[in-house]
Amino acid sequence: MEILEEKKNKNKPYKPILDGIPDWPVYQLSKNRKEFVEEVACKSIERIRELRTTRKQLIDELEATVYREQNRIKRNRWRVDPKDDSKFWSDVKKDLIEASTKTDDSDKTLEEILKRIVMRYANEIAGSFKPNSYRVTRELIKFWFARLLNGARVKKFGAFFRNQYTLRDKIQIVGKVKLLRKLAKKGTVVMVPTHFSNLDSILIGWVIHSLGLPAFIYGAGLNLFNIKIFAYFMNSLGAYKVDRRKKNLPYLETLKMYSNLAIQKGAHSIFFPGGTRSRSGLIEKQLKLGLLSTAIEAQRNLYFENPNATEVRKIFIVPVTLNYNFVLEAPDLIEDYLHVKGQDKYFPEQDKYGSMQLLTFLFKFFTKGSNISVSIGSALDVLGNYVDEEGHSIDNQGRLIHTKDYFISSGQISEDKQREDEYTRMLSQKIVSEYHRINRVFASHLAAFVAFEMWQQKFPKLDLFGLLRLPEEDLELDYAEFRDTFKRVRKRIYELNDEGKLYFATHLKGKVDNVLKTGIENVGIFHLKRPLLLNKKGNIITKDLTVLYYYHNRLVGYDLEQFI
Amino acid sequence: MTSSSLSDKPVGVIGAGNFGSVIANILALNRRVILYARDEAVVNSILNTRVHRGYPMSHHVEPTSDMAYLASHCDVIFPMVPSAHFREMMKKLSPYLHPYHILIHGTKGFDITLPEGQTIESVSKLTREQVKTMSEVIKEESVVVRVGCLAGPNLAKELAQRQPGATVVASHFNEVIQIGKKLLRNDRFQVYENNDIVGVEIAGVLKNIIAIASGALSGLGYGENAKGLLISRGAVEMVYLGRALGGDLKAFLGVAGIGDLVTTCNSPMSRNFTVGYRLAKGEKLEAILADMTEIAEGVNTVRIAKKCADHYKVRALITDRLYKVLFEGMTVEEALEFLMRYPLNVDIDFL
Repeated sequence: MEILEEKKNKNKPYKPILDGIPDWPVYQLSKNRKEFVEEVACKSIERIRELRTTRKQLIDELEATVYREQNRIKRNRWRVDPKDDSKFWSDVKKDLIEASTKTDDSDKTLEEILKRIVMRYANEIAGSFKPNSYRVTRELIKFWFARLLNGARVKKFGAFFRNQYTLRDKIQIVGKVKLLRKLAKKGTVVMVPTHFSNLDSILIGWVIHSLGLPAFIYGAGLNLFNIKIFAYFMNSLGAYKVDRRKKNLPYLETLKMYSNLAIQKGAHSIFFPGGTRSRSGLIEKQLKLGLLSTAIEAQRNLYFENPNATEVRKIFIVPVTLNYNFVLEAPDLIEDYLHVKGQDKYFPEQDKYGSMQLLTFLFKFFTKGSNISVSIGSALDVLGNYVDEEGHSIDNQGRLIHTKDYFISSGQISEDKQREDEYTRMLSQKIVSEYHRINRVFASHLAAFVAFEMWQQKFPKLDLFGLLRLPEEDLELDYAEFRDTFKRVRKRIYELNDEGKLYFATHLKGKVDNVLKTGIENVGIFHLKRPLLLNKKGNIITKDLTVLYYYHNRLVGYDLEQFI
Repeated sequence: MTSSSLSDKPVGVIGAGNFGSVIANILALNRRVILYARDEAVVNSILNTRVHRGYPMSHHVEPTSDMAYLASHCDVIFPMVPSAHFREMMKKLSPYLHPYHILIHGTKGFDITLPEGQTIESVSKLTREQVKTMSEVIKEESVVVRVGCLAGPNLAKELAQRQPGATVVASHFNEVIQIGKKLLRNDRFQVYENNDIVGVEIAGVLKNIIAIASGALSGLGYGENAKGLLISRGAVEMVYLGRALGGDLKAFLGVAGIGDLVTTCNSPMSRNFTVGYRLAKGEKLEAILADMTEIAEGVNTVRIAKKCADHYKVRALITDRLYKVLFEGMTVEEALEFLMRYPLNVDIDFL
């Protein structure tokens, strides 16, 4: 099944499901950007007023917001921040102090201050999708990727201009592609990929395009816009900006409202529900519920506004896992993770990788082996039920479910914040279990997992930190022993696959020595210090145990440890 | 849409045992009730005599043996069947359920799913993979997500006499709690809220173990000191086990924990207490179970809790000894002697 699908996908271009860009919901959204931003702001203000009903509460909230914003400007400034940031907030502060000392009729001034803040946020968040720029970017990426690939791989004169290899050879898309394409025509798709690397956004953008889907809107971390090359890509791909430094209520409500309304208007969206890149290399276990809840809210609202309609636009959640042999940022991510785990301290988000490093990486990526695979999961409704090709939700027994019924109480569709919070929690659990199910095991993941677990077992008295402090020279695994364990765990992975609990890449099959070799060669392939190597005796050694730990984490959560 | 508002729709109760019948009567003070009984004869007898299991049944209670009828007329349903039949009942009910249904159950027992041909004793380990609470069974077997449970010191006989009492309605959904409260509450019946449904369910289940032990102490003729000792240590044991199984401490200190525990441990009326009492008098377990009309949930709970305690490495001395008494022929005196000699002297170490 798996093999078939992989072959089928290869080199087969998908036709776009919508003909012209003007039909795309994302285009409609940015064409009416001004109106849309207004609407987002208005509704956000309404929501904030519902949450902070009294004058006192509102003043407190605004004061807290100003305080935090000024703090942010002082402590953690980014290149993308607008120039007038500090002026804006000190003006707001002044007006706020004035308004809070007045006792009569100053609600209007407060209201006005709130509006100023929310409008600013809404404008900052809103993306601007430009069809021309999108086309240019798309072609640019395709063209240069093709040049790189062919130039590097086909060793003939003039190979640079051949089209023998395409990106599709490098990046395999497997899973429920047909279903996704069908559903994108029927309803609104919210794609929820795992998040390991900053490259994910671009990768997903390419995947969406090559599946013939219209552009999706992204919630991309504002920090990415610090890197110019990313900023260019994302702006043209319809990204809206998420600033994780801003944790104040007006900001969060505006952000959620933006996503909520965009989904209601039919814009396909992408959330990285892990919130941030997985620091540990583990598949996400805890998802951020904020944005996810907007999908549920949007669905409820669509039902609410069309109570008698037989067909209401449905929202489909599609989990996606991205599988790499190599994550550029791995050494820093895992360092962050260990730092936090060891000392329980907060760390600021850092991005050490500028445009240059990325280009180098891309070049390496195209010139050497190491593929990427993207697994598209089964689509879910907003309650986490599977849906069929018609978009109908189906229960475990194969019976039809009306998603609308989840929002009905005493015979009527009702809004219940607490209920929806609970639904969000349920949905996030379902997404996490789907991640594990559609995860695709590479030989490199398995090699990393087995090697690290074996070393852990060799030093049973050491905790994780003790183990990581060991000098690398002390670590050597006998090849034969490693091979046996590798084989044993691989067998278990086959079993898990039979039970429908995970997938594996086709290269995992075959002679164990070959698979092992692929695994060791590919794990963290472009790192300066390689996580796994063979020494002269043919035994397994490591140059960087910490990074090996990172790659090993990918397979944690399947109870494979007992087979070591 | 007013015609389908809650006040007009009847409330469903599934299971016409002691507790189910009493709850149906309590609900009938506020609403029309449809009561499901498996047995057609029971339905007819209620219809004809308006008396069931010795209790007069309210005229607002309409008995039926048709699940589809019940599910299509009631948005809120109270399943009140023994844990051993719960999953089977849910399988039958499931086709008629929709996500708008709200289920609030009152069953105090675990559901276990074992591989074909295995018993609790023969499986290598028992984990939360196999041991489910009733709310989890509901969610596994149907599309219903808005699930709640009832637990607390609710001796059917006293409730039937309209003596003062209280219960906890637990659910992850405030909506469910509020509806449960609205339906159940009256001037003789207080309803408390809790959002840790699994904790409340587990507390309700585990207290049955201690109830058997309490019966046994009574059967040996011991007095109030011994009982005080048992109840306090029993509560600690429930907390240990409950936490391992995924409950939160708070549930064990509330009406569904301590409240229910004290009641059942003092109640010669309770089935679990009776089992312990008669064991201490020297009767054999089979003989005792053979002449009980309703299931004593505690006996099975001891088997499950013991196996789980082994797996999760929880110290559960009372459960362990009770297991030996029930199934391995240890006498109640021997068990007691072991417990009294056990060198354990920390009173509370979980707060």
